[in-house]
Amino acid sequence: MQTFPCPFCGPRDETEFHFAVEADHPRPENAPSDLEWAAYLYAVDAPQGPAREIWLHIPCGEYFVMSRNTRTRDVTASEALR
Amino acid sequence: MSGWRHPDLGTEIDRSKPLTAEVDWTKIRGFQGDTLASALLASGPRTIARSFKYHRPRGLYGMGAEEPNALFDITRHGTTIPNERATLTPLTDGLKARAVNASPTAERDRARWLDLLHRTIPAGFYYKTFMAGGWHLYEPRIRAMAGLGRLDPNTNPPADTPTRSATCDLLVIGAGPAGLAAAKAAAEQGRAVWLIEDATYLGGALRWRGGEIDGDDWTDFARATDTAILNSDGRILTNTTAWGAFDHGLIAAWQRRVDHDVHWRIRPAETILATGAVERPLWPAQNDRPGVMSAEAAHHYLTLYGAVAGRQLLIATGSDASYATAAAFAAAGARVTLADARDVSPDAPDGVRVLSRQTLQAVHGKTETWGATLNDQYHSADTVLVSGGFTPSVQLHCQSGGKLDWNAEKDALVPRPGTSHMKVIGAANGTFGLGPALAEGATAAGGLAPDTPDGTNWRWHPARPDIDASGRIWIDLQNDVTLKDVKLAAREGFTSVEHLKRYTTLGMATDQGRTSNFPGLAAMADATGRSIPETGTTTFRPPVRPVPLSVIAGRRRGDLFNPLKRLPLEDAHRAQGAVFREYGGWLRPSAYGEDEAATIQAETKAARDTVAIYDASPLGKLDIIGPGAQALLDFAFYNRLSTLNPGRARYAFLLRESGIVFDDGVVLRPSDDRFVVSASSSHVDAVRLLLEDPRQGRFDPSQVAIHDVTQAWTTLTVTGPRARELLAAVGIDVDVPHMGVAENTWGDAPLRIARISFTGDQSYELSVPLPHGPALHARLDVALNAVDGRWIGLEAVMILRAEKGYIVIGKDTDGLTMPHDLGWGGPRDIRGDEYLGKQSLFTEAAMAADRRQLVGLSTTNVLPTGAHLVPLDGPCRSLGFVTSSYQSPNLGRPIALALLEGGTAMQGAEIGVFHNGDVQRARVTQACTFDPEGERL
Repeated sequence: MQTFPCPFCGPRDETEFHFAVEADHPRPENAPSDLEWAAYLYAVDAPQGPAREIWLHIPCGEYFVMSRNTRTRDVTASEALR
Repeated sequence: MSGWRHPDLGTEIDRSKPLTAEVDWTKIRGFQGDTLASALLASGPRTIARSFKYHRPRGLYGMGAEEPNALFDITRHGTTIPNERATLTPLTDGLKARAVNASPTAERDRARWLDLLHRTIPAGFYYKTFMAGGWHLYEPRIRAMAGLGRLDPNTNPPADTPTRSATCDLLVIGAGPAGLAAAKAAAEQGRAVWLIEDATYLGGALRWRGGEIDGDDWTDFARATDTAILNSDGRILTNTTAWGAFDHGLIAAWQRRVDHDVHWRIRPAETILATGAVERPLWPAQNDRPGVMSAEAAHHYLTLYGAVAGRQLLIATGSDASYATAAAFAAAGARVTLADARDVSPDAPDGVRVLSRQTLQAVHGKTETWGATLNDQYHSADTVLVSGGFTPSVQLHCQSGGKLDWNAEKDALVPRPGTSHMKVIGAANGTFGLGPALAEGATAAGGLAPDTPDGTNWRWHPARPDIDASGRIWIDLQNDVTLKDVKLAAREGFTSVEHLKRYTTLGMATDQGRTSNFPGLAAMADATGRSIPETGTTTFRPPVRPVPLSVIAGRRRGDLFNPLKRLPLEDAHRAQGAVFREYGGWLRPSAYGEDEAATIQAETKAARDTVAIYDASPLGKLDIIGPGAQALLDFAFYNRLSTLNPGRARYAFLLRESGIVFDDGVVLRPSDDRFVVSASSSHVDAVRLLLEDPRQGRFDPSQVAIHDVTQAWTTLTVTGPRARELLAAVGIDVDVPHMGVAENTWGDAPLRIARISFTGDQSYELSVPLPHGPALHARLDVALNAVDGRWIGLEAVMILRAEKGYIVIGKDTDGLTMPHDLGWGGPRDIRGDEYLGKQSLFTEAAMAADRRQLVGLSTTNVLPTGAHLVPLDGPCRSLGFVTSSYQSPNLGRPIALALLEGGTAMQGAEIGVFHNGDVQRARVTQACTFDPEGERL
């Protein structure tokens, strides 16, 4: 059971969180091609090692950016979206 | 019969409290404090178990979780737990034990003839033999013979294990000398230390070996540790097994208590592992005979319980550590011969005959031991104690990602520092002997090494299975894996330890290879000409030892497994005879009457004929408030909502970015800057989070707030041709247009009236804050009786909406359904602005003509929901399936909704409905079959 830091609520069990999307992964707008759109929907980097991800803390409903290492499972930072 | 009870010895038994238990229908006696194993040993019988595969006679070998043989199904107070290790089972009065792998008893096992076939059933014989004709021919009989204990179908252990969470500064796992020294040093610095010990008492090997620490008996040191821990706000958990190390330092521990067990989830700031080591056996021929025991275990039974393993003992060893064991047995009155593998050995203890340079070649015996061959010479003995060195218990270190290194000097695989988040100390780290263990423990916690005169040299003569030796040699007693099997695996190419494990089952089952992994690894290394580090090790996974599932599940069972949401008006509904069922996590009335089927039909009819009321409180109520509300909803919803006038309501879809319909519902706009999203009852939480995503990620969250007030309101829906009349009688203003919303008051309560219909009849959703719910319910009930209406349950509502072709998301839609499949292509064709899922609605797949589309089906009988639709001609394939199907009392015939490939273009056509091998005909119709013009709204 990992412990994740919600920027608003502090450290909590991972069961309180949902992965949302990889960070820095903007939604293509203005009639993107099917390929661009499919890449946005389905192609994820899923890096082994350092990763920047958007997570949701379900009890408080806040999305935030978490930096963690997917190999060692170390969480290095968590910050509010704005 | 060889084991006996010493008249005086036994530090952990209470002779004033005799106990009786029953093992394989034979009474045995023991004392309070005994384990089943110590009582069995003291009672004398040698053959107490049978082996897994060959059904060989087996006796007690070890003292803890490493015990491979003494497995029993234990019955206490009518509850049977299978595969308990006798070594870990406290003796209780009236306990009944049955040996596993044996019938009727371990001594007279019917299947003992299997051993005669041993040449024909080596490792892997299943895979090679039971191929012809198919495995299923052989499976039933093999299954009946395989496996260990028997599950008692009548045993239903209570869900009474609470889970408790805790944190501490330092967690020390294992209270042997190293663990005690570390815990004491840390506690004396004021750190909150938790100390976990598997056994009932602190001390580890000190309990049977004894020792002097800081000038006093070790028990004083243990007491001082206890005091220091309690004084620094720490805690000691005995009878507690740390069974798993998980992410971010979480330790799971199972505490066994007399009243009920406790499952601990501990998050320490720092963890020190001091779990000790397990003695290795030796590998002479016939090394599985009853009467061959671990020397350390025998020493432990002698001191703690006065249970003496035999009268004429042969101790085969390669280290000084066994000399204390020999001395203890000689002092207890046994005849002891000590056979040392080394040239040079310490002085013989009093009464012990010591032989040097001895190799134990064979054990002789059958259901008990008669003697042994040392250096080609026969020695008679009723008990052979073996000591082949020690294997550190590093399971938790490895579970948390730790690696091992081969240390030739220590003759063991020891933890590589820094590879797990734990510090490993003492025997678990390959640091044997009292002095070094105390020093390492204290140092790890930043303290000074305690002083001890004990200078025993624990270095041992490295012992390995001899792969050229003749005779049958067991590597894994629990799984009946012999040296021959390991060599066979090597010959057939299963040379990696992970392959070896799976091919031969070496290291599996309850003991998890505590005594067998090392010799298996050593034998494989030898057979393949590699070194031990080159051969590798297997992976350790939780649990460290078997833990009852009831402990892990805790109280999350039955009603508490996934607690339902309850209606505040549940009692009122029950008083009216409601039958309750679960609907999307809510417990709601399904119908108001005992004969459910008939009642549902009557309720459905009444709702169309007069008036009906149902409790719609679970319907989502998400307040979307603020100047940014309409921009957010325009983006989040498929239907444009900014064009909705205040006081009006609109039916709308919520899509995912994939274009799939996620939810539908009515959005109300009571005032200019406030919307209420009526999400589906089971979907409210998910819809809230789906709306939060763009609110936080795309818009300015200071301009719009989302507030879930679903459970703060009671909603009662009045529906039917006489709804208006009923509301007038209650004094509620009904001057609201269809798809309109009004916020009024009822008495002193705020009242929201939404004229939206899920039934196809004139409907008024009345919402009041929870405290006013009962009053509204009571008042409506009186008026309902006056107009001959009735309360209806969810089942009637389901039929009413199906008559109208109104969908339920997740029932009439699946993971491929897009809004235009449901006849809602309008917004896609009109909207030019950006909204969730938009791009996905224009792909080639989304535009295809053969998508599954919502249709109605007309038949003569009620179709099974889920039945596939198939073509009437040509090859049979699924064209879709029935999603909803009911008998409609208002139409007097069955109705059904279905998703059908190209269904929109197939109106009036006939289609096959496949169910249980038969195909019947159905006609494709519009989804809406009742009042298609909507004149009743």
